[in-house]
Amino acid sequence: MHNLTIKQMSEKLHAGEITSVQLTQHYLDRISKYDAELNAYVTVTPELAIAMAEEADKMLASGEAGLLTGIPVAHKDIFCTDGVKTSCSSKMLDNFIAPYDAHVVTQLKKAGMPILGKTNMDEFAMGSSSESSYYGPTKNPWDHKAVPGGSSGGAAAVIAAGLAPMATGTDTGGSIRQPASFCGITGIKPTYGSVSRFGIVAYASSFDQAGPMTRSAEDSAWMLNAMAGFDERDSTSLQREAVDYAADLGQSLKGLKVGVPAEYFGEGLDADVEAVVRNAIAEVEKLGAEVVEVHLPNKDLAVPSYYVLAPAEASSNLSRFDGVRFGYRCENPKDLQDLYKRSRSEGFGAEVKRRIMVGAYALSAGYYDAYYLKAQKLRRMVRDDFTKAFESCDVIMGPVAPTPAFNIGEKTDDPTSMYLADLYTIPVNLAGLPGISVPAGFVNDRPVGLHIVGPYFSETKLLNIAHQYQQVTDWHTRMPAQYQ
Amino acid sequence: MSWEVVIGLEIHAQLTTNTKIFSGSSIAYGAEPNTQACPIDVGMPGMLPVLNEAVIGKSVMLGLALNAEIGRKSVFDRKNYFYPDLPKGYQTSQFNYPIVGKGTLEIEVDGVKKTIGVTRAHLEEDAGKSIHGAVPGQTGIDLNRAGTPLLEIVSEPDLSSAKEAVAYARKMHELVQYLGICDGNMQEGSFRVDSNVSVRRPGEPLGTRAELKNINSFRFIEKAIEFEIERQIELLESGGQVVQETRLYDSENDVTRSMRTKEEANDYRYFPCPDLLPVVITEETIEAISASMPELPDAKRARYVADFGLSDYDAGVLTGSRDMAEFFESVVEKTGGKDIKLCANWMITGFSGALNKDGLSVKDAPVTADMMAGMLNRISDNTISGKIAKQVFDAMWNGEGSADEIIESKGLKQITDTGAIEALVDEVLANNPSQVEAYKGGQEKMLGYFVGQIMKASGGQANPGQVNQILKAKLSD
Repeated sequence: MHNLTIKQMSEKLHAGEITSVQLTQHYLDRISKYDAELNAYVTVTPELAIAMAEEADKMLASGEAGLLTGIPVAHKDIFCTDGVKTSCSSKMLDNFIAPYDAHVVTQLKKAGMPILGKTNMDEFAMGSSSESSYYGPTKNPWDHKAVPGGSSGGAAAVIAAGLAPMATGTDTGGSIRQPASFCGITGIKPTYGSVSRFGIVAYASSFDQAGPMTRSAEDSAWMLNAMAGFDERDSTSLQREAVDYAADLGQSLKGLKVGVPAEYFGEGLDADVEAVVRNAIAEVEKLGAEVVEVHLPNKDLAVPSYYVLAPAEASSNLSRFDGVRFGYRCENPKDLQDLYKRSRSEGFGAEVKRRIMVGAYALSAGYYDAYYLKAQKLRRMVRDDFTKAFESCDVIMGPVAPTPAFNIGEKTDDPTSMYLADLYTIPVNLAGLPGISVPAGFVNDRPVGLHIVGPYFSETKLLNIAHQYQQVTDWHTRMPAQYQ
Repeated sequence: MSWEVVIGLEIHAQLTTNTKIFSGSSIAYGAEPNTQACPIDVGMPGMLPVLNEAVIGKSVMLGLALNAEIGRKSVFDRKNYFYPDLPKGYQTSQFNYPIVGKGTLEIEVDGVKKTIGVTRAHLEEDAGKSIHGAVPGQTGIDLNRAGTPLLEIVSEPDLSSAKEAVAYARKMHELVQYLGICDGNMQEGSFRVDSNVSVRRPGEPLGTRAELKNINSFRFIEKAIEFEIERQIELLESGGQVVQETRLYDSENDVTRSMRTKEEANDYRYFPCPDLLPVVITEETIEAISASMPELPDAKRARYVADFGLSDYDAGVLTGSRDMAEFFESVVEKTGGKDIKLCANWMITGFSGALNKDGLSVKDAPVTADMMAGMLNRISDNTISGKIAKQVFDAMWNGEGSADEIIESKGLKQITDTGAIEALVDEVLANNPSQVEAYKGGQEKMLGYFVGQIMKASGGQANPGQVNQILKAKLSD
C-alpha cells in the first residue's frame, strides 16, 4: 500500500477498496518495524491515528470526504498539536503538550488526515542534518551512515522510507528542500505568507514557512491545497483568493524560460551533484523549455546575512523559554537569576545556544547597525538579484545543496561548513520566494535534488514543472531497497 | 545662587478597548488572576500577535489633539528583557517609528500660559504583575494585565516646577478622557504618571535625573516632586551627587525612597517585530478620525464664555469633564436655551454640589439631564420658586421622581391665585394688629415681617412678587 501514489490511495479509499483504518494501520505497522533503527519519529500516536482513521472512514462512507480524507500524515514536531507532545526536538519542550493545534494541523484534521505522529528534527529547527535533536539523530533511509538533512530530516526520512505517505515540514533556510534532496523526495517551500505560522514554534519569524513533503509533485500540490490559505491569526498571512495548486498540473513546458545562474555552479559544488543537476535541466529542456543564463551576483552575501538575521530573531523568539510558565525548569533554583540561567543552559542544546548568543550580540547596542541593519541591507540586495533575474526567465534551476547527504558526525564540530550546506536554499528564504526540491538522481547511491525557484506566487508553475519532469523520470518513485 | 528645575513626564494611558492589544482577551479590571490570559498572552509556543485595530484610531485622535505629527508608517519593535511577569521575554512596543510624533500641550499655572512639548506617544503592551505573599514562600504571576494596550506619552523636559508638572498631567488626564481614549482611573492604574526630575544651575547642562514612579494621585505627584527637588538641591549643596535611579513616593512620611539604581543602562536589543506588519495610516483615515473627534476642552471653554456669556470660572467647572459638559449641554438644549445662566448656576451649585457630597460621578448621578431640565422649566414658567426648587431637587436626588411628580405629590405648586393670596394677607394682618399700627406709624421695615409671615402661612408656595404687591396695596388702604 505504501507504494501507491496519493491519487491511487484516494481512489481506493473513495471506492471502498481499502479503509483509512487499514491504511493507517499499515503505516503504524511499518513504523513499529523500522523506526527504532531510523529514529524519524519523536512521538508515534497510534490510538489517535486509528481514532481519526475511523472518523475518516465515516466521512468517506457519508460522502463528505475530500481528496485527502483518510490518508495519514506525519507532522514535524514543530507544529503544535492539541494533546500531543510538541518538543521541537528539545529537552526544553520535552514535557510540553500544547492545548491548541497549529493552523496547519487544524487544516489537515479538517481534511480528514489521521495523525501518525510527530517527526524528528534539528532542535528548534536550527540545523541542516537533524543531528542536533535532543532525541538523537535520524538516519537517512538510503544509507544509515548518512544524515537525512535538516531541519525537517525526520519528515523527509518517513516519506523516503514509506513510514508516512505525507508529511509536514518547515523551511527557514532550506529545511524542507535540503532534506528532500538528501532523501530523494519532493518538498516545496511556498511563498512566505502562503501558509499560516500560527501554532508553529517560531525559529526566525520573517523566514519560517511551512510546506508539504511528499513523494511526488502531484502529492505536494494536493497537500498544499489543504495547508495554504489566509489565517487571520497570523498577521503575515497573505490575504489572497484561494489557489488550486494542482490547477496547472498538465501544462506543457514549451516556451518556458529556465534561468541557470552561473553563481550556483561555482566553487564548492560537488562535480557529481553538478552533473545530476545539469542532466535534470537538460531533461526539462527536452520537454520544450529554453535555458537562459542569469546572474545572482550577491549569492555569497546570503549566508552571512541569514546567520545574523535568523539568530537575531531566534534570540528573541526563544526568550519565552525561561522555566517560568512551561517547558523545562531546572531543579531547585536558588533565585530568579539561577532559575533563568540553569533552565536555559540545561534546556537548550549547543547549536541553539550558539545562535541565541550570536543573535543577541548582533542586536546589542553598538553592534546593531554593523550587524543587524547591514544584514537587512544584504537581504534586500539578494532579493533584488532575484527580481532582476526574473525579468529574463520564468524560473531558476540549480542545485539544492552542494553535496549529497553527508555522514552522521561529519560536520557536527564545524558549524561553518554545516551552514554552507544551505548556501543555495538560504537566498530563497531571504527573498521569501517559493522553491521546490525534486528528486533528480543519485551520487554514490545517495539522492540528489533539482532546485526550482520561481517568482512570488509561482507555486502552481513550480509544481507543474516538477510534475512534468516526474512524468518522464522515475527518481521520485524509487525507494531504498530495505524499505520496499 | 538659584537652582533651575527640569521635569519631564512619561504618562502611560490605558486605552479604552474591550480586548488586549494583540489578543482577544478581555481587559476588564479586577478579574481572578490569570482568568483573562489566553495562550497568546501567556506567550505559549507558536502563538502570534494580531493587532487590535481599535488602538490606532485612539492614538491618532490624541496625536491630532496635540497637533502632533502622525506616524504614517509606525513600526512595532521588541524590547527584550527577562522578567517573570513578561511572558514572551520581550515587550512589544514602538521605538524608532512611534504612532504619534512631536506635538504640544498648553498648560496654565497661576494665570500664566505655557506650551509644553510632547516628544512622542507610542503604543505598547503592558506586562503582567508579580504577586508576593499569595502563595507562601513563592511569587505568583498574574497575566491578566499582560497585553493591555497602553499609549505612552512622553513630554519634553519643559516643565520647571511641581505645579507645572501636575498642571500638565491634569491637562493630559482631562484630554484623554475627553477624547474617550482612556478612562483616566488612576487607582486602577489606567493613567500612570512617571516623573523625571533633575535640577541644575541656570545655563549648565542637564543634571542627573531621578525617576518617580507609581504615584496614583495628582496631589501626591506634586508632593513627591517637591520633596525630590528639595532632596536633590540639599544633596548637591552639601557636596553630594544625584544618582540616576528610580524612586518611590512614601505618602505617609512624604518622602521619596530609592527603589533600584540603574548601575548600567539596560540593553533592550530593540528590533522590528517580525510577527507584525508596519501600521500604515492614510490621509483619509486621519481625516475620518479628525471628523469624529469631540470638541476639546479648551475650545469648549472658549465657546461657553463667548456664546453662553458664562464667566471663565463657570466655564471651567462645567467643562471639568466631558460627562459634565455633555450633561450641561443636554440640559441647555432641553430647556430650549432660554436661561443658560440659570442652567449653569444649578449645574454648579445644585448638581455639582450633590455629586461632591455623595462622591458620585456624573454617569452615576440619580438626576438625569431630562429631570434637571424638567425642574428648570418649572422655575422658568413660575410653577415653582427658586427656593422650592431646592426642595424639588433634593427629592429628585433621593429618587422620589421627576420634578412634576414631586411638585404634584408634595403640592409644591406656587400659589398665584390673587384671591387666595389676598385671604392669606388679610389673615396675617388681622392676627398682627400692633405690627400694623407700627407700620402705619412709620416703621416700614415691618413689611418684611409681614411677607415672612405670609410666606410661612402659605407653606412657602405663595408667589413672592404677588404677595408684595397685594400686601402693599392693603396696607396703604
